[in-house]
Amino acid sequence: MSGQAPEPVAVLETPIHVDYSFTAGLAQSRFLKGLAEGRFLGQRCPRCKKVYVPPRGSCPTDGVPTTDEVELGNTGTVTTYCVVNVPFQGQAIEIPYICAQILLDGANLAFMGLIQEVPADQVRMGMRVEAVWVAPDELGPTMSSVKYFRPNGEPDADYETFAEYL
Amino acid sequence: MGERCAVIGVGQTKHAAKREDVSIAGLVREAAERALEDAELSWADIDAVVIGKAPDMFEGVMMPELYLAPALGAVGKPMVRVHTAGSVGGSTAIVAAHLVTSGLHRRVLTVAFEKQSDSDAMWALSVPQPFSAPLLAGAGGYFAPIIRAYMRRSGAPDHIGILVAVKDRKQALKNPYAHLHMEDISFETVRDSIMLWDPIRYLETCPSSDGAAAMVLADETAAAASPRPPAWVHGMAMRSEPTMFAGRDQVNPKAGRDCAADVYAQAGITDPRGEIDVAEVYVPFSWYEPMWLENLGFAPEGEGWKLTDSGATALDGGDIPWNCSGGVLSSNPIGASGMLRFLEVAMQVRGQAGEHQVDGVRRALGHAYGGGSQFFSMWVLGDDKP
Repeated sequence: MSGQAPEPVAVLETPIHVDYSFTAGLAQSRFLKGLAEGRFLGQRCPRCKKVYVPPRGSCPTDGVPTTDEVELGNTGTVTTYCVVNVPFQGQAIEIPYICAQILLDGANLAFMGLIQEVPADQVRMGMRVEAVWVAPDELGPTMSSVKYFRPNGEPDADYETFAEYL
Repeated sequence: MGERCAVIGVGQTKHAAKREDVSIAGLVREAAERALEDAELSWADIDAVVIGKAPDMFEGVMMPELYLAPALGAVGKPMVRVHTAGSVGGSTAIVAAHLVTSGLHRRVLTVAFEKQSDSDAMWALSVPQPFSAPLLAGAGGYFAPIIRAYMRRSGAPDHIGILVAVKDRKQALKNPYAHLHMEDISFETVRDSIMLWDPIRYLETCPSSDGAAAMVLADETAAAASPRPPAWVHGMAMRSEPTMFAGRDQVNPKAGRDCAADVYAQAGITDPRGEIDVAEVYVPFSWYEPMWLENLGFAPEGEGWKLTDSGATALDGGDIPWNCSGGVLSSNPIGASGMLRFLEVAMQVRGQAGEHQVDGVRRALGHAYGGGSQFFSMWVLGDDKP
């Protein structure tokens, strides 16, 4: 015994784990099933004609159901990005990594994607990229079916072509 | 707007990385007691309590307002909880003010808090979803690509973000309540700090703080009986927009522009830079100063950075000082951060900001935003009755 009183306990960490059953809904179920087949399935608004991928089942602007299914290709453009260099609990990817907004060709809303097979300091706004999928027997109804995106070698897209998606 | 409403009492905690001396209840009570003391009122004088905080998932205490009612003297009184992500501190003050302008209540206590040391906000903001890649890396990972888009769109040079980071930390040295007191902050220390979410450097981000803010809002009769000068609400507004829709301008969101236009129209302001004496604006990453200068109409689109570059937003010598308190970059108890902006401008209008007081403030703008830049709340306070 040192004779000193122990430090009072002020904070107690109590790790907990919660499992959720996620109900994706009709539109996102189509999207997730598409991923399980190695395809990007979006939906087009019948009014403004904008294509959403992933689709949410309705158009946020017009408030109408997006019933027309659209299959998109494997290529897109990096509209903007950041280099993540901060570690945190539950992180799935080794840092540093490139987190990019990717606008698939034919889509009207970018989504977040990982960029690999290129040094971080060579990634650019406007860079043309393609999706790299996991092996066919590993495909599933999850965005993890896309391993990452990589440069596809095409010249960069002009800023004007994606400026309105920033 | 209905009845007139004024701020007659303000109180805040000393913000810090860890306030181990108090629980959440102790934290909110500390701010609330100071607000009552400033208004020279007791708990019994309060008619209703409006409380706000950011997501419950941060501290893991669901509906904390229930357990906080006794600490805030709210047992047996109407109590309302507000939640609009990071903008919540501002929205909470506005909901409280509505209870006064509607004529429902005479004196309303409004409180906002966050105890980040009890929480893991980075984790809570990075929960994987099945329809998106597990790339989310907290708020910085969300906002960094938008900042890059602003830099590209405006052609702003890289040093602008560094200037804001230095300015706000220097101003925080004049605010005894600020979390960060970085005596040796300099252009070089910010420039050489690590890129956490390139293009955002470590010292260009807000800290993680424990803290609370509180105000007493009053109607005209109660304000007349108040011992210190009231700060009158000349305009207040909230706006929101979806985080994701085709053609959304994420750099300069429409909801922010609409919210500012509404609050300026209520306050009779046509030239924000000329007519507003001081502003406290939610800038959690330094680049949001030039971005919001444009969004709030202080500078034309693409030119906010020039205002920052010229020193116009500095307490020392600027014509439109922003964030004299040190802002979110110096104290970030998330749920309270918006209310601190609203509260700090009340202090400026009432002449009680001490070392970071701007001379002769007659009108001031308080601003908060939250979520994926989809929630906005703002108010304009004045020293005269609207």
